Amino acid sequence: MSSETIQHRHLPDRLDKPLSAALRSWETLLAVVAVAIFIFNSFASPHFLNAWTLSDMTFNFTEKAIIALPMALLIIAGEIDLSVAAILALSSTLMGFAMQFGLGTPALVCVGIIVGLICGAFNGALVTGLGLPSIVVTIGTMSLFRGLAFIILGDQVYKNYPDGFEYFGQGYVAWVISFELVLFLAFAALFGFLLHFTTFGRRLYFIGRNPVSAQFSGVNVKRMKFILFCLTGVMSGVASVLLTSRLGSTRPSIAQGFELEAITMVVLGGVAITGGAGSILGVVLAALIMGLVTFGFGLLNVPGIVMSIFVGMLLIAVIALPILWKRFVWVLKK
Amino acid sequence: MAQASTISKSAPALTLSGISKSFPGVRALHQVNLSLYPGQVTALVGENGAGKSTLVKVLTGIYQPDEGAITLDGKRVTLSSAQTAFELGITAIHQETVLFDDLTVAENIWLGHAPRKRFGLIDWAAMNEKARAVLAQMHAAHIAPETRLRELSIANKHLVAVARALSIDSRVVVMDEPTAALSAKEINELYDLVALLKSQGKAILFISHKFDEIYKIADRYTVFRDGEQVGEGHLKDTAQNELVKLMVGRSVDKVFPKHHAKIGDVVLSVSGLSHPTEFENISFELHKGEILGFYGLVGAGRTEVMKALFGMTKPSAGTIAMDDRPLAITSAEDAINAGIVYVPEERGAQGLGTGLPIFMNVTLPSLKRTSKSNVLRLKNEFDLARRYTERLDLRASSLSQDVSTLSGGNQQKVVIAKWLAMSPKVIILDEPTKGIDIGSKAAVHEFMAQLVAEGMAVIMVSSEIPEVLGMADRVIVMREGLVTAGFENKNLQPETLVRAAAGIE
Repeated sequence: MSSETIQHRHLPDRLDKPLSAALRSWETLLAVVAVAIFIFNSFASPHFLNAWTLSDMTFNFTEKAIIALPMALLIIAGEIDLSVAAILALSSTLMGFAMQFGLGTPALVCVGIIVGLICGAFNGALVTGLGLPSIVVTIGTMSLFRGLAFIILGDQVYKNYPDGFEYFGQGYVAWVISFELVLFLAFAALFGFLLHFTTFGRRLYFIGRNPVSAQFSGVNVKRMKFILFCLTGVMSGVASVLLTSRLGSTRPSIAQGFELEAITMVVLGGVAITGGAGSILGVVLAALIMGLVTFGFGLLNVPGIVMSIFVGMLLIAVIALPILWKRFVWVLKK
Repeated sequence: MAQASTISKSAPALTLSGISKSFPGVRALHQVNLSLYPGQVTALVGENGAGKSTLVKVLTGIYQPDEGAITLDGKRVTLSSAQTAFELGITAIHQETVLFDDLTVAENIWLGHAPRKRFGLIDWAAMNEKARAVLAQMHAAHIAPETRLRELSIANKHLVAVARALSIDSRVVVMDEPTAALSAKEINELYDLVALLKSQGKAILFISHKFDEIYKIADRYTVFRDGEQVGEGHLKDTAQNELVKLMVGRSVDKVFPKHHAKIGDVVLSVSGLSHPTEFENISFELHKGEILGFYGLVGAGRTEVMKALFGMTKPSAGTIAMDDRPLAITSAEDAINAGIVYVPEERGAQGLGTGLPIFMNVTLPSLKRTSKSNVLRLKNEFDLARRYTERLDLRASSLSQDVSTLSGGNQQKVVIAKWLAMSPKVIILDEPTKGIDIGSKAAVHEFMAQLVAEGMAVIMVSSEIPEVLGMADRVIVMREGLVTAGFENKNLQPETLVRAAAGIE
């Protein structure tokens, strides 16, 4: 190979035009589905196209979606946290417990978030420190955290949260725009930025695709996973503040089944359950779809049990759909 | 030889005509024709990325061709799945066997077509007995059918794969670099098996990068370049140079580039490095501008020492110093910050984020530099990736191409580009040219010469003697976790290295 034979080929940045790639994306399909359900709902009930109805609709998904955001990061990194609803319950219970000692609203919020952080750090330490699989660890802590909530609270109920506490779950920032919705959108922007525009997010994809090669490239895989579990715990604490505030009371059975709906949102949003792929925009759209569907069922007076069947079927369908979608795109390209 | 040419007049067992296969941005195969004749070995040669692996996947039903026809014994067939291909009598033996480690030898041989009793239950006794018979026929009676595959060496696993091919009356056997991971003795046993398969009238497609072995066992050859078939014929009429020319489309005159780098001060010094089980008391010095070869047999502990230098294995004793300052390396991050980088032997498993684009793979360790207070700057990333990949003459359609769609040689270039972008002081290359084609090999060697000329220090772990003798300034030989010898590479004979590695006094 003498120097004159080396003709460097120019490598373009990308072949796909960004626009055509975007049009073929999973997010586009989700947006179309969301619009379709929206239109269906507006025909299904004359009350749907009303600013207050739409505002009420958002409460169907904001708390779960706030948990789905860090969950998306965790799943992209190849881990999962099934204990989020239990963290929420324990956090809510300890807020109620702390309230009995006369703590004010700011202190209660701190308690809720710190309990979430501690639970998340506990999960993270077990997974990264002992090298246990997260699905097993968090099935364990799911029972552990909720069990603690039952021990503390028994069949009692905490009520009478202090003045001002109700704002988080019941307050409106302006007109029909609820505090929960604004908080969710702000967090979505924050997580979207973290995942798509920072070095932290980039490394997450590598960890999800191939943790060994990420480590061989100098990525501190354990530290990053630990941070993700802590983050998921904190966000579960935040969701706990919102839900407790909205309900105005705490029972140990609070937020039963939230983990499945949060994970469904993440997977429906196009995050690969095997890790290494996905976007926050997809998760936000998926949350919106779940909210629209739940609300649509409510408008049609569909019983709750049917709703639960639907969520179960949706979870299965969204695992299958991305695969079918990819095949469809593949055929289109040919 | 005369016999071979008479047979070739017989009808081919398998014919591919006009086969094309494309992936997004990559044309893997274009209008390929191939005929395999019963009782003959056809060698398939070509650089990495020439389309050999794609062809194997088409033959074994894993990929469906976009166009073209496959004819088996005169009948047009569609290989719609791996199962169909297997049932039609096309079996494959891969470089790293794709069998099941936790099943027994007999189960692996008979998987999918096990002898049955009433109610469809598996007849275990018959299965083991028939497995024993097949293995005996191959002179491999030392493998018990009841053994779990996990307990076998790679060579024995290959034997099981061959037994599987014999267990169904297969017509076509595809062997994809079967000798890449075998020792010399095992390779000879494999050649015997190829002869056995030939004598049974099977048509064999043999893929290999080793010319001596092609000339030893193959009757015909077919050459692929950039997804097209560029030549075929009888090996006895074809000189080795001609094949090489066909493969690369130009003649490769210089095998190893001469490098005259100035050897400078000691940059890395390792002293008494030990590990409880893998290696003991490893001491050596590495100079600026030097290529230090590490030679030894597979399992001599060379890779483990390199992993310790790179912070991936924790040594139990010993010191590592760079520029006379002691280093405390406990993670790859520490090593990279100190200026030591490692190109692993297992590219796919340890070197690449498969499924992610080229540019992201290149910039992963450099993100601190390309980003601004941890916010990504895509333009910087593309610039950096382009600078280093173009310097290595990476063959790809764009910087956003998924690295897993690249050939082995080009994947290696991505891994090397990733580390060059860090401007390291010491670069460790672990079997840098293993399993990559002649063209990419030459590019990697050329590049090592450039690196040392720029004052970098290179550690090259290699099991290929020509590479060690052609490239290294000094050679350290390891055996069973110990350094057994060190040589200046002046009039160094291959025999000297082999004796030191094997422990012959």
